[in-house]
Amino acid sequence: MEQIYFFILAIVAIISAVLVVSCKSPINNAVALMMTFVCLANFYVMLHAPFMAAVQIMVYAGAILMLIVFVIMLLNLNTTMIQKTSHSVVGAMTLAGLVFFQLYYMFGHSSPTSIKGEITNEVVMEVGHTQLLGQAIFVDFLLPFEIASVLLLVAVVGAVVLAKRNSASVQE
Amino acid sequence: MVSIDQYLVLSAILFSIGTFGVLTRKNAIVIFMCIELMLNAVNLTFIALSNHLGNMDGQVFVFFIMTVAAAEAAVGLALIIAFYRNRDSIAVDDFNLLKW
Repeated sequence: MEQIYFFILAIVAIISAVLVVSCKSPINNAVALMMTFVCLANFYVMLHAPFMAAVQIMVYAGAILMLIVFVIMLLNLNTTMIQKTSHSVVGAMTLAGLVFFQLYYMFGHSSPTSIKGEITNEVVMEVGHTQLLGQAIFVDFLLPFEIASVLLLVAVVGAVVLAKRNSASVQE
Repeated sequence: MVSIDQYLVLSAILFSIGTFGVLTRKNAIVIFMCIELMLNAVNLTFIALSNHLGNMDGQVFVFFIMTVAAAEAAVGLALIIAFYRNRDSIAVDDFNLLKW
C-alpha cells in the first residue's frame, strides 16, 4: 500500500518537475513547482518527519513561492521573454544525463551503512518529532542557529538595498 | 515499506531535471525556480538518509538549507528586480554588464 502511494506520488513529483522546466509561462512554472513542493512534503511525512513537512509547506510553498509569484507579477513580462526559451538542449541533456547516471551509479552500486542511531521511528512516534528536532537545534546546533538568524537579517537588509530605487535617478 | 534506494533514485531524478532546467532556460526567474528544485532534491536525500540512519542531524541540515534558500530567494529576486530596472529584460543572455 505504501509502495503504491510512493509510486503515484513519485510520478506526480517527476511530471511536475518536468513541467517546471518545460512550461513557457513563468506562472505555470511556479504552479508546477508548488506541486513538487507538496509532493515532497508528502514524502517527508512518509519518512516520519512531520515537522519538516509543515516547514516545507510554510517556507517553500508559502513564502518562497509567493515571493517568486509576486516578482513575476511585478515585472510584467511581455511575450518577448517567452520566445526563444532554450540554449543548446542537446548539450544540457547530455550533462543532465551524466549527472543522473553518476548519482544513479553511486546509489545503485553502494548501500548506505546499516548503523542505526537512537532516533528510530518508534522513538519519533513516542516522543514527537518537533521535540526531537528542537532538542537537536537548540542544544547541539545552537551556534549555527544563531548564525542563521544573522544570515537572515543580512539577507533582509541586502534585499531592501538592492531592490530600492536609486534616489538620484528618481530625481532626474 | 519503501526502501531508501527508491527515495535516493527519486531525488537523483529530480536533481538532474533541475540541472537540465538551469542549463537550458533563458528566463532568470525560471532558472531560479530550477535551483529551488535542485535544493529540494537534496533535502529529500538528507531526510531519507536521516530516517534510514536513525539520526537527527540530517534534518537539522535541511532546516539550515531552508534558511539559506529563503535568504537566497530574497536577495536573488531583489537582484532580478534591480537588473530588470536597468535593462528591461531578465533574459540571462543580457546579464553581461561585467563582460564588456
